[in-house]
Amino acid sequence: MKKSLVLFLLLAMVVSLAGCSGSGDKNGGADANEIKIGINYELTGAVASYGESSVNGILMAFDEINAAGGINGMKIVPVQFDNKSEPAEATSLATRLMTQEGVVAALGPATSGNFMATIPVAMGNKVPIISASATADKGVTVDDKGNVNEYVFRLCFNDSFQGVTMANFAFNNLNATKAVIIQDNSSDYGKGLAENFKATFEAAGGTIVAHEGYVAKDKDFNAILTSIKGKDFDVIFIPGYYQEAGLIIKQARDQGIDAPILGADGFDSPVLLELAGAEALNDVYFSNHYSSIDEDPLVKEFIKAYKEKNGVEPNAFNALGYDLGMFIADAVERAGSADPEAIKDALAETKGFVGVTGTFDMGEDHNPIKSAVVIGLENGVQATSVKVDPN
Amino acid sequence: MRVLSKKNIMILAGLILTFAIVYALRNFGILTSFHEITIAMVCINIILGVSLNLITGFTGQLSLGHAGFMAIGAYVCALINMELNSTFGFILGVLAGAIIAALVGVLIGIPTLRLKGDYLAIATLGMAEIIRVIFLNLEITNGAAGLNGIPRYTNWFWLFFFTVTTVVLISNFINSSHGRACISIREDEIAAESMGINTTQYKVIAFAIGAFFAGIAGALYSSYFYFLRPEIFGFLKSIDILIIVVLGGLGSITGSVIAGILIAVLTAALQSFAALRMIIYALLLIIIMLFRPQGIMGTKEITDLLNFSKRE
Repeated sequence: MKKSLVLFLLLAMVVSLAGCSGSGDKNGGADANEIKIGINYELTGAVASYGESSVNGILMAFDEINAAGGINGMKIVPVQFDNKSEPAEATSLATRLMTQEGVVAALGPATSGNFMATIPVAMGNKVPIISASATADKGVTVDDKGNVNEYVFRLCFNDSFQGVTMANFAFNNLNATKAVIIQDNSSDYGKGLAENFKATFEAAGGTIVAHEGYVAKDKDFNAILTSIKGKDFDVIFIPGYYQEAGLIIKQARDQGIDAPILGADGFDSPVLLELAGAEALNDVYFSNHYSSIDEDPLVKEFIKAYKEKNGVEPNAFNALGYDLGMFIADAVERAGSADPEAIKDALAETKGFVGVTGTFDMGEDHNPIKSAVVIGLENGVQATSVKVDPN
Repeated sequence: MRVLSKKNIMILAGLILTFAIVYALRNFGILTSFHEITIAMVCINIILGVSLNLITGFTGQLSLGHAGFMAIGAYVCALINMELNSTFGFILGVLAGAIIAALVGVLIGIPTLRLKGDYLAIATLGMAEIIRVIFLNLEITNGAAGLNGIPRYTNWFWLFFFTVTTVVLISNFINSSHGRACISIREDEIAAESMGINTTQYKVIAFAIGAFFAGIAGALYSSYFYFLRPEIFGFLKSIDILIIVVLGGLGSITGSVIAGILIAVLTAALQSFAALRMIIYALLLIIIMLFRPQGIMGTKEITDLLNFSKRE
């Protein structure tokens, strides 16, 4: 009996502790020299690597700003929580950040699903949220009925934009007029990319001479490749992920198809090189958010600073996170106050923001009008990078 | 036994008081929408814990597939409610989700409940995975991308209503002759069978009732958190529910209620500890299990401790 009494006391303590911590930080935003910005990211769970990379970039940006004197003399105070890669936890944390911690804006989560789970909270509390990597086409900044979610922003292009980018790149940079599409039929990503590539390429005056499809986990693409081999075309566009793309590239080169092969950020993985082999990865181009071989001085400086601080080369998520930190600071400065409403307006009115991942204006639909980087591979390594503007 | 016994009146008064206090605190703004999320998780945990306790704690059938039934309730309710977008649609969705979950429970229960112990655990685990993969590949559920923009209708009233209904119905079931039949299966299946109890039938009944209420919990979840995707209902979710049951005590409804509250409050309270929180969480579980291997309540109920029954 005594034991159970002790246990109950212990439980009571835990519960009351919980109550305290839940209602403790209610004086959010009271200090005039501080700006609280919420960080709601995946630090544990399935996609922890995305979250952690992004947060590294964000914090680096905040440190730089605070070291330089803050925004109009106000220091940025990041309020950081881990959403365990779970949408319900992301919802809970967004609510906490906005109602308990008094943040003026919340950054993240990194993935589209978790980000979407926080949209109703942002709309209800009228606090802006921004993601640097939620690239889903539907349901992010614009809802199902076509209305813009007023408090929701992102600073990455969406999936289908890359289709447009690659079509422009093929037509303008590679002077291609005839293209073949081999698309991944099993993902929205592949379908969206293919549709947008086709529309843009045809509008520019090109023709699609063949449109083939496969499903994820396919291994043998020789039938498709044989059927297109006899046709006359300049480029092959493969909207899909690196597992299948790697095999398609290898089998195409084995068959003697040496036309340039194009893809999107789904190619961005070391596995592509393992599957295709270095000698097959020539004349392969794919769009990405950022390239580490970019000659832009801003990018070079970022890479140098990041290496000094963390000892490793920054990846695309680090770069996007860094830009996100700089972007929100820029918006707060332009808003001139710590009022979420004013910050939201400043975010929407962004013109010519210069970031590591590109220069952009915020579009009507709260998606950035932003250039993508097209990376060219030579013997499996990044050899060229070209910025392609949206128009 | 009279319906208006002292015990029942006390319980009713306690319930009304709880409802009124939370309602008032919410209206006065002392409980914010962040606290409300924790309260929602408390209620959903209680429904899940109590319903799994019926299967695992009282009937003695180890099930690792509770998240599968929850997924069915969640998706059915979400899909119905996204069409109708009204309170009627919400209620219809909750009931439809629960009924479909129960039907699936019967369909799966009949072949698998012939198995015992580990074999049953693996079969139910497989079942939950199948349900998850089906939702992952259906067009209507939007696959891996998930359902977005589910209207929120779950509020304190409905949470309270469904939680109380679940606890009352399941505790009444357990105290009925059918419930005692289920308990006898847990205690000794062969002895129960020799006393003329149709063990398979009672196992399937317990399984279906458990699935029904898990469906309700899923439905409440989906119309509270706006967003669904199949990964939410993975293997670990089933384990989370099992933790509630084991922590509270296998065979104690009060225990599941207490553990459900504890787990939800702990999760919310540990949010500030970032990376350390899963370690603290796990440590607390280990400590409780070391000091109370039978769970917080063992097989006792709160009514046993308060000694109502002896005076009547």
